Amino acid sequence: MHLVPTRAAATRLGASCEPRGRERNWGGGARACCSLRLQFRGQLGARPLPPCKVYVRSPLAVRRLLRPGARGALLPGKGGCKAAGLPGALRGGQCPASYLVNACWHCRLSAMSQLELKRNKVLEARFVADEDVLKHISDNGGVKVRKDRAQLALNIKRFVKKLENISDDDEAQEILEEQNYVAVLGACAEDSLRNGSSAGGGEIYSFQTPKRSGKMAELASELAQTPGKNVTFESSQYPEKPASTPQSNKKYSASNKAQLKSKKNEFVSTTPYRLRKRLSAPSLRSDSESDYSASCSEEEEEEDKDHKETSDVILDQKTPSKTRAAPASKKTPAKKLKEEMTSNLVEEYFEAHSSSKVLTSDRTLQKLQKRKLDQQTLLVLLNKAPPAFTAELKELNQQHESLFSKWMLQLHLGFSIVLYGLGSKRDLLEKFRTSLLQDSVHLVVNGFFPSITVRSILNSITEEVLDHVGTFRSPLDQLDLIMKRFKEDSSLELYLLIHNLDSKMLRGDKSQQILAQLASLPNIHLIASIDHINAPLMWDQAKQSLYNWLWYETTTFSPYLEETSYENSLLVQQSGSLALSSLTHVLHSLTPNARGIFRLLAQYHLENKDNPSYPGLSFQDFYQRCREAFLVNSDLTLRAQLTEFRDHKLIRTKRVS
Amino acid sequence: MSTSSVSKGCFVFKPSSKKRRISSSKADYFSQGKNDSEDSGLRFASCQLLWKQINSETEKIQEELNKQLFDNLIRFLRQSHSEFQTKTTEWMCRMKSSEIPTAALVLGVNVTDHDVTFKSLSEVLQDNVTPYVVSLQAKECPGIKHLLQKLMGQLMDCYVDADSSEEEECVNISQKKIRCSMASLSKWYENVTKKTGSETPSKKRTSSSRHWQSPPVVVIFKDMEIISSQHIHEFPLVLIFGIATSPMIIHRLLPHSVSSLLCIELFQSLSCKEHLATVIDKLLLTTQFPFKLSEKVLQVLINIFLYHDFSVQNFIKGFQLSIVEHFYSQPLSVLCCQLLEAKKRVTSLSHNQCENIRSLPSFRRYVESQVSEKQIALLTEDSFLKEVTQTLLEDLHIYHENYFTVLRCLHVFTTSLPKYPLGKQIRELHCACLGKSVWETEEYESAIQLLRMLAKDELVAILQKCAEIFISPSGKQFSNTVEKLEEFLARFQNLEGKHVTYCQILSVEFRSVPSVEELSFSYIPCCSFRSYLAPAEMQTLNEVVYFNTANTLREHLNAAPRIALHTALNNPYCYLKNQTLKSDVGCISNTAPDICIVYKLHLECGRLINLVDWLEAFSTVVTAVEGTDPEAVATDQVDEIIHARFIRAVSELELLGFIKPSKQKTDHVARLTWGGC
Repeated sequence: MHLVPTRAAATRLGASCEPRGRERNWGGGARACCSLRLQFRGQLGARPLPPCKVYVRSPLAVRRLLRPGARGALLPGKGGCKAAGLPGALRGGQCPASYLVNACWHCRLSAMSQLELKRNKVLEARFVADEDVLKHISDNGGVKVRKDRAQLALNIKRFVKKLENISDDDEAQEILEEQNYVAVLGACAEDSLRNGSSAGGGEIYSFQTPKRSGKMAELASELAQTPGKNVTFESSQYPEKPASTPQSNKKYSASNKAQLKSKKNEFVSTTPYRLRKRLSAPSLRSDSESDYSASCSEEEEEEDKDHKETSDVILDQKTPSKTRAAPASKKTPAKKLKEEMTSNLVEEYFEAHSSSKVLTSDRTLQKLQKRKLDQQTLLVLLNKAPPAFTAELKELNQQHESLFSKWMLQLHLGFSIVLYGLGSKRDLLEKFRTSLLQDSVHLVVNGFFPSITVRSILNSITEEVLDHVGTFRSPLDQLDLIMKRFKEDSSLELYLLIHNLDSKMLRGDKSQQILAQLASLPNIHLIASIDHINAPLMWDQAKQSLYNWLWYETTTFSPYLEETSYENSLLVQQSGSLALSSLTHVLHSLTPNARGIFRLLAQYHLENKDNPSYPGLSFQDFYQRCREAFLVNSDLTLRAQLTEFRDHKLIRTKRVS
Repeated sequence: MSTSSVSKGCFVFKPSSKKRRISSSKADYFSQGKNDSEDSGLRFASCQLLWKQINSETEKIQEELNKQLFDNLIRFLRQSHSEFQTKTTEWMCRMKSSEIPTAALVLGVNVTDHDVTFKSLSEVLQDNVTPYVVSLQAKECPGIKHLLQKLMGQLMDCYVDADSSEEEECVNISQKKIRCSMASLSKWYENVTKKTGSETPSKKRTSSSRHWQSPPVVVIFKDMEIISSQHIHEFPLVLIFGIATSPMIIHRLLPHSVSSLLCIELFQSLSCKEHLATVIDKLLLTTQFPFKLSEKVLQVLINIFLYHDFSVQNFIKGFQLSIVEHFYSQPLSVLCCQLLEAKKRVTSLSHNQCENIRSLPSFRRYVESQVSEKQIALLTEDSFLKEVTQTLLEDLHIYHENYFTVLRCLHVFTTSLPKYPLGKQIRELHCACLGKSVWETEEYESAIQLLRMLAKDELVAILQKCAEIFISPSGKQFSNTVEKLEEFLARFQNLEGKHVTYCQILSVEFRSVPSVEELSFSYIPCCSFRSYLAPAEMQTLNEVVYFNTANTLREHLNAAPRIALHTALNNPYCYLKNQTLKSDVGCISNTAPDICIVYKLHLECGRLINLVDWLEAFSTVVTAVEGTDPEAVATDQVDEIIHARFIRAVSELELLGFIKPSKQKTDHVARLTWGGC
């Protein structure tokens, strides 16, 4: 049974349960923060325990506790689960998805209120409504009220009612407005079948939770146990769950999300106190789980204290916590609280980032005795890997491809199209290009190409599309010319396909400005893709309106092969083949004398390759040698030549004192 | 030709001129996408027509709204250099002319709308004041050199336009060879005035209007002003700054020495909210355009406006998109045109289209409410269906005519109430009425409560306004009501006492307290108010003219790319409908795509991630899928293929911006995101 009481409960349970490192210890920090995953052992039931409450943050955590697999005894509705604050539907496990999502915020579980762990380990779980939790917390002390209020203020939608009791009118008004916003724009995921699981902002942008090294391995082993195969087996046994109906769909995604949460719940609450302290500040901006857990666990701490129960904690625990030191009275004005909270948040952030200590193991790839793979072998190996989910991927792609003519229509109506979503969109765009753009002038830009610049894009427009001869003083001049030409001649039409508009080389403000101005021309049609999570930050209002984007989600799940092949990837051996080929190019264009100079230098270099203290060739020596070989006649010529080498990154110079 | 290369990032494709036939028109794309391309040509044509009309209407609105502002500006410009024209050499005048007259145009934060404003401004100026108008934008001029160059260029062009006979000399001198400086500018000006001087001495004003939106440019500007003040004697210059924030910015950005040379006058433009209100009033709350937005769609657009950009331009863009979407996705939108035309089109509908009508939910409701013989006729006979459709369309049209009049009326009532229970703006009221039966809402109740409290004189004022609305052309079918209303008003005024409230009056009239309904509108529209403000969704055939898929609009205009990524990584089942991915025991299934697993694992780490641990964890997960016992795999014997897959997944995460290489520790990468979602 994977019961996960938080530490307070653990202490309450006394010595009878012991924390146990789950797998092996992973090096350095692991000892100090050995896993707190508590396992209820056999002897636990032997001793009568005082009733205790454990707050689990979401009913999804409850689901986890009550999941059928858990020894069979804890099915909802079976094991004495009384839903106090929840409609019966949830108990039965068959409520509409939207409700489930809501409910996960609305209720908490005071799970296992009595851990009467007799032989059979019957567990009583009870759903408690928010009010009760709130009441319970507010009985205990101001700090928690404060916390809860902070959270309430954020969980606009769910908590509005309660808030009205506590907070003043202004705030309520604000919240109602926000609610309106959330209802219209924020809840996008809920109605669209696609985004079945509505990932709230809090989940994505939550405060960083410091974690330690062992966790990953732990999760991995857990993941490894997840019966991926079993499911298939089961599904063949009970044929056809209606997979495509939105109802079941949403429900699954919701529950799925929930499980993620519950998972995290475990991890956070088992984080050692020292770390936990860092994140125990109430986050004003997010209704994230981590904050929640922080406040929860702290609250248990409090409870722990209140009961003055002797705690034989095994961990090294610094008892007086900072956060608890400032208990605020219930009546503190909300505004002030907010300020306090923000400043607190800032401090927390810096605290979390100030420590340069890295809590990871010290193992290196070298010890793995793995040779680094180069790009070629990598590709070969990847080709060997069996492709997964081909049918589904194909279906996804077909969905996207059905939009092609719509895209064309919208491009012609003056919009630009931007594609986002996980997976390489290169093939999709290529297909679009080959199927619809064959008969028109178009320019494909590989944004991921490491040395792409706006200038090269503009150059290809002026030189190849407009057949313009001549150079420009600045990209702006060039842009002017392009704009003029396109405005004059309405029959000119250009489709601009940019893969990875958000690549390192193009994401600069100036580049984006120029591209946006290009896109604003009525007869240039831009279709682009973005991948980086922060890509939309590139554009301010002005640029966005120039681009006139229409967003299309095209999640393809296809690997970013081409896009990452250029990257100096962390684990990929740099073969240097690119550098060598460019070297030959340069050498071909050099004069025989210059080639001789380079050869001389290279030879000298090779002669000294075994010399560990080899400093390089000094200029004077080099000049002498070159003179002797009749390669140069003055040191000026040599210097000029070396400058050229340096420009091509063939050589490096360094100053020696 | 392939588009991947190690030496090139741009690929131009030009079809050979023989092959380059006239590429398919927009209409073709319009019809290509859909299976049911019924009447697509017609649909597209009416879509284009409608958009054209709406576009010109919006431009007209804009023009009207800006008229006042532009008039003021023009007056200012005319005045500013009147001294220069009269060539008075008085001391006062000289004092004044050492300052550059400057107009500061406060435009508000909706930067995106400014382009249009400035464009029309420079057009107006060119027409009315002077041919020499230069419009410079901060984003186009990163340096002083550019700025002057641009200024010169535009001036020369203007000149060419104004005086085409002398173009050759002028162009030769200018353009590239001249070193752009203020001196040359004034020389040029003299040159021009000499040539044209005798004829048109009055038009010697150069006004350079410029967008001044981003502060960084300003450092560059200051030289320019210093120089130009010296030349002001020979060269009448007027500056117009566009300001997005507050006029204080001028003083903050320019040193005192510069700002003292400017003689600034402030102009305030209309706020974008008012602009939007007018746009909504003219585009949506009218029967002029057949196309309508449903409540949700309108709410999405308004919310984007209020919470994101305050840009009317974007609002109109959203409106355009909804028009396109509507005509694209709804085959019956072919009937979304003026009533007469629509009736004509009904007669030529195909059988398929008739079936389409029959499958409309609103039409089904209508059928169910009919007697059984008629039901059968409706469902089987196309010709009968067409007849009925015509009358229904007419009903719909009448409904709209009444609706908007009554809505305005109700709005007059509700705006005068404290706290605005039904909203202050008419758009809020409109949304409320569109969505549901407004008289059933709590807000409506409270509004009625408040109405009872109104004092007599307030009430009279309101009623008079209502009467005006009914008299106006849009409310012509209410003539009956108007009579009654006026009669009532007359009786009303005869009553004594100032502090009589509506409620009291009514009780005097009726000797009893009437129902809420009677109370509020018994005297206004003679029939029940409910029949007029019934929600649009209840109207039969509303699908023809109402665009109601707010989702598509939201997806395309207000997308959340990061949420999409997050969902894909956390819950691949959302996209890949494969049973193995449908894990309902914690986390994602271990058969998920590599990147999902790697992502999931990395969430468990702090700031830095040890690649070795990561790799090992990954291989534990992956080998478990392949059926081998995870314990059996020794730590240092990770399969090559798994290694390769791991590398790929990690570099993909890097591309997505979740991690980056770190030099803090060997073989570590740094996490770039927050939280362990």
